[in-house]
Amino acid sequence: MTAKLQLIGLKKKLRGRQVLDGIDLDVAPGTSLVIIGGSGQGKSVTLKCTLGLMKPDAGQVLVDGAEITKMPVEIRARVMRKFGMLFQGAALFDSLSVWENIAFRLIYADNLPRKDARERAIETMRKVRLAPEFADVRPIELSGGMQKRAGLARAIIAKPDILFFDEPTTGLDPITADAINDLIVEMVKELNCAAVSITHDMPSARKIADEIAMLHNGKIVWRGATSTLDASGNAMVDQFVAGRADGPIQAVV
Amino acid sequence: MINPFAPIGRSTLGIFAETGRFSMFAARAIASIFSPPYFVGQLGRQCFQIGYLSLPVIGLTAVFIGAALALNIYVGGARFNAESFVPNIVVLGITRELGPVLAGLMLAGRVSAGIAAEIGTMRVTEQIDAMTTLSTDPFKFLIAPRVLAAVLTLPVLVLVADIIGVMGGYLVAVNSLGFNGATYLRNTFNFLENQDVILGLVKAAVFGFIIAVMGAYQGYNSSGGALGVGRATTNAVVGAIVLILAVNYLITAFFVE
Repeated sequence: MTAKLQLIGLKKKLRGRQVLDGIDLDVAPGTSLVIIGGSGQGKSVTLKCTLGLMKPDAGQVLVDGAEITKMPVEIRARVMRKFGMLFQGAALFDSLSVWENIAFRLIYADNLPRKDARERAIETMRKVRLAPEFADVRPIELSGGMQKRAGLARAIIAKPDILFFDEPTTGLDPITADAINDLIVEMVKELNCAAVSITHDMPSARKIADEIAMLHNGKIVWRGATSTLDASGNAMVDQFVAGRADGPIQAVV
Repeated sequence: MINPFAPIGRSTLGIFAETGRFSMFAARAIASIFSPPYFVGQLGRQCFQIGYLSLPVIGLTAVFIGAALALNIYVGGARFNAESFVPNIVVLGITRELGPVLAGLMLAGRVSAGIAAEIGTMRVTEQIDAMTTLSTDPFKFLIAPRVLAAVLTLPVLVLVADIIGVMGGYLVAVNSLGFNGATYLRNTFNFLENQDVILGLVKAAVFGFIIAVMGAYQGYNSSGGALGVGRATTNAVVGAIVLILAVNYLITAFFVE
């Protein structure tokens, strides 16, 4: 089966440091891949290069087999319509109401009439268990968990083929984090899309992943099914999963 | 051994590189104005924000400058018995120079800083990245409407500043300096030529472009959290002011020649 998303030999140097050093990954349709790794190991850069927010120095990003990094902007914009993304801090637009945030793509990219876009936004709010009475408030008035729900609603409203999650549970209390994890699993199943998440929250990774890949020093050092994580046979994975300071990975403090 | 010319060379190269980046950004902003999709609602909102909400600050600046100008010209003119030229020089000074320059400087503070802070905050909180992932070009949605709104509304604001500035001079001249009101206005309008007003409006449009592009450029390229946004805001105001004053001279020299 053709991978929905494929990264081949992705390299990126930032401020003289080789952040990505030949990343090879692929995600099949309907599967959820979680990339784990310590802070500063290149997880966010991998996501940004994949999403076209950053240009890789070398390598390829293939979506449904088509290489997108060298595509003209207009054509790449069409491919980008297959993507949905939940940002770490939700990245909701301060100047717009919650429903306008959720329906942003429908209104401004798909030119849907505002009335229809609002209906779709409220329907999606219900899906992520965000009460419709919050539709007209500004994002600043929402709690962290509610902002994540609104961000998730914005990511899924256009029914994307590939969903990306950047640290979806960071900054949330354990109960809210678990509720967000449940929602992610539910939405990925409902949309039958491929999902790529980056996190260093292991309970979250175990819950939302079909497969886990570990990124260290710009390289994928291990990849396997979530069920095999505890028997990975990789010292770095074992140290990371156990959360130990001693081991092959040196903590930078 | 440390080469004493190395820092000078580095700074010079840095200035050229920054100028190049700014020029590319400005060119992309212009291209975004003329290519679809057009966000008309955003343009309307920005015209309101940049134009309408700047009216009080422009009006207050103009009335006081017009009044002070009248007093100064009266005192200066009295040294060679030319007090009667107050209306002529006030209208000339306001329309050709002080109206557009002061409006530009005031808006560099109000608008350029506002644009840099807003877009800078959007940058550091990943809202601009989010917009890109939502299939919307931030240049077309955020920057083009602000630049176009500033270019369209600044000439209107300067026209208002011209009228209020002349009225400021009129009020002082009639109430404090003993001028006859009707004569003052007649001298003002008789002396004023179309090209004086046109020069001011051309300057205003160019200053509007500088103000919006500088604010957007600094905000769009900001990084490093609140500190970075603060730095972007300061750079936007300083950069816009310096460019406005330099370009003001160039436009004036071009029209004079």
